[in-house]
Amino acid sequence: MATKQNSYSLNFDTDWNYAPAPESSGHISIKDKYDLFIGGKFVKPKSGKYFDSINPATEEVIAKVAEAEEKDVDTAVKAARKAFGPWSKLSGKERGKYIFRIARLIQERAREFAVIESIDGGKPIKESRDIDIPLAAAHFFYYAGWADKLEYAFPNRSVEPLGVAGQIIPWNFPLLMAAWKIAPAIACGNTVVLKPAETTSLTALKLAELISDAGLPEGVVNIVTGAGKTGAAIVNHKDINKIAFTGSTEVGKIIQRAISGTDKKATLELGGKAANIIFEDAAIDQAVEGVINGIFFNQGHVCCAGSRLFVQESIKEEVESKLKMRLETLRVGDPLDKNTDVGAINSQDQLKTIQAYLEAGKKEGLESFQPSYKLPKKGFFCKPTLFFNVAQSSKLAQEEIFGPVLTIQTFRTVDEVIEKANNTPYGLSAGVWTDKGSKAFNMSSQLKAGVVWANTYNKFDPASPFGGYKESGFGREGGMHGLAVYLKIN
Amino acid sequence: MSELPFNIKSTPVIDQVGLVERAQKFKTRSIKKEAKVQGLKMALNMIDLTTLEGRDTEGKVKQMCYKAMHPHEGLDIPTVAAVCVYPNMVGVARQALKGSKVKIASVATAFPSGMSNLAVKLEDTKMAVDSGADEIDMVISRGKFHQGEYSYVFDEIATIKEACGKARLKVILETGELGTADNVRKASDIAIYAGADFIKTSTGKISPAATMPVTLLMLEAIKDYYLKSGKMIGMKPAGGISDSKTALHYLVMLQETLGNDWMTNQWFRFGASRLANDIILQLLKQEKGTYQSMDYISKD
Repeated sequence: MATKQNSYSLNFDTDWNYAPAPESSGHISIKDKYDLFIGGKFVKPKSGKYFDSINPATEEVIAKVAEAEEKDVDTAVKAARKAFGPWSKLSGKERGKYIFRIARLIQERAREFAVIESIDGGKPIKESRDIDIPLAAAHFFYYAGWADKLEYAFPNRSVEPLGVAGQIIPWNFPLLMAAWKIAPAIACGNTVVLKPAETTSLTALKLAELISDAGLPEGVVNIVTGAGKTGAAIVNHKDINKIAFTGSTEVGKIIQRAISGTDKKATLELGGKAANIIFEDAAIDQAVEGVINGIFFNQGHVCCAGSRLFVQESIKEEVESKLKMRLETLRVGDPLDKNTDVGAINSQDQLKTIQAYLEAGKKEGLESFQPSYKLPKKGFFCKPTLFFNVAQSSKLAQEEIFGPVLTIQTFRTVDEVIEKANNTPYGLSAGVWTDKGSKAFNMSSQLKAGVVWANTYNKFDPASPFGGYKESGFGREGGMHGLAVYLKIN
Repeated sequence: MSELPFNIKSTPVIDQVGLVERAQKFKTRSIKKEAKVQGLKMALNMIDLTTLEGRDTEGKVKQMCYKAMHPHEGLDIPTVAAVCVYPNMVGVARQALKGSKVKIASVATAFPSGMSNLAVKLEDTKMAVDSGADEIDMVISRGKFHQGEYSYVFDEIATIKEACGKARLKVILETGELGTADNVRKASDIAIYAGADFIKTSTGKISPAATMPVTLLMLEAIKDYYLKSGKMIGMKPAGGISDSKTALHYLVMLQETLGNDWMTNQWFRFGASRLANDIILQLLKQEKGTYQSMDYISKD
């Protein structure tokens, strides 16, 4: 099975360059300034403060976005509380109709949402077009279907909504995370106050416009923008019944401390440092492709990214040389170009964080690889990077980098790789590549991770629950599990 | 029978689902403007313009040869790579193509089924080579392959390769009859190690003929062999590629799998009869701005 690789290598320096193929952005409408969406209307922030939303690929300001302070959050929670009574008493069938309408409108406006998502967040248009937006619509469709069937989801139990949910989402999948949060909450009869991440507020605000157009009763969904302080105001607000947070483990811990002793319920979906494991009997070419997809999807800004690669030692050379070659054909650049595979890093801060890890790898003396092409001069870009022979104790193998950086380790036996894969405070996801079904099942039962993918990676579906073990959080989103966390089940 | 020079039991396994998913991704590449024109000209220059019918006549072959050399009057475009005919038409093609760089490929070895013995297949091959074929497109014995007689298949290819002399040998796996991706990989490795200059998907007589996933996995077999030996092997998907867009997707797949060195008709061919006219149509559109009636393009 072991294939010795010689010095022969393929030449990807091409004479046939693809012409730029930018997705047109003439059809989108972005306002210069966005207010807070409270009680069905856009209202100015009490402080009058606005912050800039920046296109990470050009470093240009796209729009100004309102900064919500405690008073604004309070107004939003009050609006949500007011709406809760009528909304929760509405029949499930009626609630479902509204949610179906939201889903259909997202599909209708998919192109505009996709382009704005890429402009605001830096992700390649082919991902926002083919993954983010269709999946967001799918989540609304899925939970719309549950709205009038809650009694069947939990047979012989009676269920009631929790009340007002405070929802805080990250910048890596802005619209999709909003959908993950809003759809199950309102399907169950709750009302919500949602805060998008400060670097990527725009699609949530466009969603607010869409929700208005769908005629959803005022106050059922409120969207307040801002940074950590705004989030803290939501977490600490007395009249919130449930906190749903997706983001870093660091902030997750702060939230958990803040709500201890209160009767607020919580779901936390936090960081990850997933092991992606290739056995020597795997289909190597497909595994290599899966590893690439596992770590470079969305510039590696994915909490379930397969950031630690474990390769069985007999196939180490083959896998490493194929990964290097594959990196040469990954196209990094303008997120709006349809041929871009890896877009811009979401923000300057995140780019600095990633660069600090690259520096740390260098200091450790790790062998590394980056493709030979050049990055765009402007904008926040980072080359996809591989680090070889990384130690289990290395900072790079232990901490979540949240960027296009893959560490590679080898293993000899099944027991060894299980021990190493589980030896992390995180436990969100894992990947296993093998041609043997029995091996895949054995691994999936022993890996401490919320999701284990076998011979594939980064597959999402609204019907499938998602969530973590250990410091990757608790509670599940998606599927019937995603309903349970928004209901009181008697 | 000789021992295979590699362990057939340990040929790489293929995950069909992952393979199809990867092949699908090449189709999302958007090839526009100059890149499109360049790609279309390259594709045209990689075509083995083919006629393989019982009703082929000398006249038809002569016309096709003229088309091969002059695909369309008034357009600045390259010739196709080769014409592909039955052995008894090779002489006619030789005459018609005199002085041009267009190569002559001939199918042989009891094409398309391969249901004959080695002696007949050798005779078939010799006839084509002696009549002036530059390239021989042989078929493998699928029956023997399915029976697990891999050495037989290997020896047959090696023997035919010897009989080809200077002619380059393309080995048709007829992937539509092999059943699984794993089998296609096995057959690719057998053909490559037995001395194939090219591996080719299909005869065009069986459905499915060439598909992107099957071509991708054969390109990967070529890649693995190159990385081990430094020797380049050519690839020819054949059958079912009839429009420009599909041809460009194949070129994207080729470029992103094997790189720049394979992007010439020395190492990549399209086996097609209708593709050339669609490429001409598209190139005319690029030049004139509108789609021309197909009546302006010769049908041969």
